[in-house]
Amino acid sequence: MTSAEERGGPGPVIAGHALAVRRGGQVILDDLTFSVGRGQVTGLLGPSGCGKTTLMRVLVGVQVITAGSATVLGHPAGHPRLRDRVGYATQSPAVYTDLTLGENLAYFGTVLGLRGRRLGEAIAQTIARLDLGGLERRLVGTFSGGQLARVGLAVALLGRPDLLILDEPTVGLDPVLRRDLWELFHELAAAGTSLLVSSHVMDEAARCDILLFMRQGRFLAKAPPAEILTQTGAPDLESAFLTLATRAPETAAR
Amino acid sequence: MRPLLAAATARRVLLQLRHDPRTIAMMLVVPSVMMILLRYVVSNPLLLNRVGPEYIGVFPFVIMFIVAAITTQRERARGTLERLMAMPLGKLDLLAGYALAFGLMACVQVTLVLVISLAWLGVTLPGSAVPMAVIAVLDAILGMSSGLFASAFARTEFQAVQFMPAFVLPQALLGGLVVPRAQMTDVLRWLSDVLPLSYAVDAMQRITTASSWTDAIVGDVAVILAFTVAALVGGALTLRRQTR
Repeated sequence: MTSAEERGGPGPVIAGHALAVRRGGQVILDDLTFSVGRGQVTGLLGPSGCGKTTLMRVLVGVQVITAGSATVLGHPAGHPRLRDRVGYATQSPAVYTDLTLGENLAYFGTVLGLRGRRLGEAIAQTIARLDLGGLERRLVGTFSGGQLARVGLAVALLGRPDLLILDEPTVGLDPVLRRDLWELFHELAAAGTSLLVSSHVMDEAARCDILLFMRQGRFLAKAPPAEILTQTGAPDLESAFLTLATRAPETAAR
Repeated sequence: MRPLLAAATARRVLLQLRHDPRTIAMMLVVPSVMMILLRYVVSNPLLLNRVGPEYIGVFPFVIMFIVAAITTQRERARGTLERLMAMPLGKLDLLAGYALAFGLMACVQVTLVLVISLAWLGVTLPGSAVPMAVIAVLDAILGMSSGLFASAFARTEFQAVQFMPAFVLPQALLGGLVVPRAQMTDVLRWLSDVLPLSYAVDAMQRITTASSWTDAIVGDVAVILAFTVAALVGGALTLRRQTR
């Protein structure tokens, strides 16, 4: 286990300051100032097209920032020293469908700097964690949707990153698999990994430690699920989101 | 550049090919089949000896262009490029990995077409076959790096496929395959002078009458290498870690 200091020092894991992204005259992220705490599962919830993916792409350093700044583990987002400390899973699995599971993990593991026995151990542990045992020699292109989604996650987990950024990792999966994955996310958080998980499905919101509600490139609220329910007086998180979405944008939580 | 990551990337590209035996077969067999066809179309041994080597330089170029363009376009479209760019992989590691993998494939491809041409089809050379093999492999690597670079401008796989005729056919027309460059009008010859394939064809023509490396052949090779490096640098510049 690495200490909290080695995992990026004290302070937030992710911090945004007046962060803005505009694309072709359209505002995608609008003046976001926020922070995400360590060792927690933070949910990024909002409708499709609200800017969740763009925010995550900023944090892993593949999206150009128009204004403001984003800091990840104490470095500017996209800093070369972050490249083996932040695990990223996109909505589509982004793996080689014409390679076997084992070949995919071996290649990405090598790129992440794992060699020899450490690489073998990391692959074995990741395969066990995501319940992909017995599939090592099969072409990823022949996997089912649920298996494929787990391969994408496996690559993100492989380097044992300090921060995991997962874009809609559970959307479209069956209920049992979704439950198992959320259990895994909390296990990882308990072991000190910080997770930012996005979803547009509100019934996943209750499983997060902290929620960031997002709409049209801005945050509507940032609080634990129970607190959001108390604040809005809504019976469930879906109604709470609707209540917040119809309020004036100035009340957006920082 | 880290050689280990370039080697890992080359290994990955070759593994992808291994799972696709039909593509390997096409890469290796098509140039040889085209040479056999050429042999019977031309039928005159003297003429075959003159034009055959030019085609030995051109077929690997064309095939490597298309394979590299599609592979890179796929890497962009499927999100694996974005994933790699968020990981500790240098752009040069990636490009060198591609060059290594396709370079190896080119060696096998060229060896096969040369053995068939020299041992069976009756193409004769005044000297050793090594310079011709070297030039043909360099042509293939030039095709590969041009394909890598061109793929940056293709938004879809369909466009990447269309780049092949758009990029290669004008070069074939102007490169001296159809009409010798010396017989072209000035404007056409100037155009042909700035196209890389012209030097590939020139070098192959010269090798059929020279028994070893002449200054003119070395000059052609230098131009081919310069175009290859330029295309690889262009490819590195178009591989963006960040997008807008």
